[in-house]
Amino acid sequence: MTPRRPEARLVRSYVVTDGRAHPTRNTLDLVTLLIATTDLSLAGLNPEKRRVMEVCRHGSLSLAEVAGHLRLPVSVTKVLVADLMDSGHIVTRAPIPAARPSDTRILQEVLDGLRARL
Amino acid sequence: MGCAPDSDDVYLRPSVKTAAKLLVVGHFAVGKTTFVGTLSEIRPLRTEEVMTQAGALVDDLAGTRDKTTTTVAMDFGRLTINDSLVLYLFGAPGQRRFTKLWHDMTRGALGALVLADTRRLSHSFEVMGLLEELNLPYAVAVNDFEGAPVHSLDEVREALDLLDETPLVRCDARHPDSSTRALISLVEYLLSRKTELEHA
Ligand SMILES: Nc1nc2c(ncn2[C@@H]2O[C@H](COP(=O)(O)OP(=O)(O)OP(=O)(O)O)[C@@H](O)[C@H]2O)c(=O)[nH]1
Ligand SMILES: [Mg+2]
Repeated sequence: MTPRRPEARLVRSYVVTDGRAHPTRNTLDLVTLLIATTDLSLAGLNPEKRRVMEVCRHGSLSLAEVAGHLRLPVSVTKVLVADLMDSGHIVTRAPIPAARPSDTRILQEVLDGLRARL
Repeated sequence: MGCAPDSDDVYLRPSVKTAAKLLVVGHFAVGKTTFVGTLSEIRPLRTEEVMTQAGALVDDLAGTRDKTTTTVAMDFGRLTINDSLVLYLFGAPGQRRFTKLWHDMTRGALGALVLADTRRLSHSFEVMGLLEELNLPYAVAVNDFEGAPVHSLDEVREALDLLDETPLVRCDARHPDSSTRALISLVEYLLSRKTELEHA
């Protein structure tokens, strides 16, 4: 059977009726840092997810950068990444909020870093 | 054309643990793309959000091919701050109707730099109002375009009806030092608000 619309199957699995129903998706932000795990097989992943894995394989990137490199909308990228997190193919860096430095600390470091550029 | 980035420089150093986010916003043609491009150490990337006409996000691939949707482009760039911290700059248009996009974009953002143009200061009201509603602190940078009327910063402050505490600077988005200084004013302000809150 030759599908008339090759993207049909792909599309159906990403249709999200309630954009926030997925638990892992709630934690995903434009600047969530993503890392591909190397020990899982890519067999069974659809082409879009393989492309995400391909981009992430060589080092870590933010979710927005992955979307930019793949020329996919951010919202679609989030759905793909959330699925890949569920299957263990992608992990996020510093997932524990408690391990995140305070905003004050971050702002001070940003300020020092910017001043050093002048 | 492959989809994997071709240079190692596009990836973050393995020591990077935290990403901070600042927004660069303003009306049409005010210099957002220029500003992000001037400061970014990676080739600035462009991402798109696909919205329905009503402003809802479309997050399936079928919807993104639908003719009734509209695409909102965001530019973003990256600056390495130190071994463990990177700063992302997001440039985005200031239209109110993209509410959902705004909520997503401002989530986790530390603050925003509003770019303004003295030839059309009133065009900045929409985005400033939006930031105030979303409770995101901001500073304003006036880009001096050629042929634009020269106003003192006091006049601009009055015309924009800024709070006394809101930083207002001049900036040339085409120049790294000038753009860096504008960001510094924003971050100094954000930091002073934090320390005030902590001591309150
Ligand atoms: N004189 C002057 N020109 C600028 C400055 N910043 C940007 N420009 C010019 O203004 C024009 C528009 O700049 P963009 O960076 O594309 O503006 P934008 O806000 O991204 O525009 P849209 O995405 O279309 O809303 C370009 O021709 C820039 O070279 C500035 O600070 N001073
Ligand atoms: Mg632009």
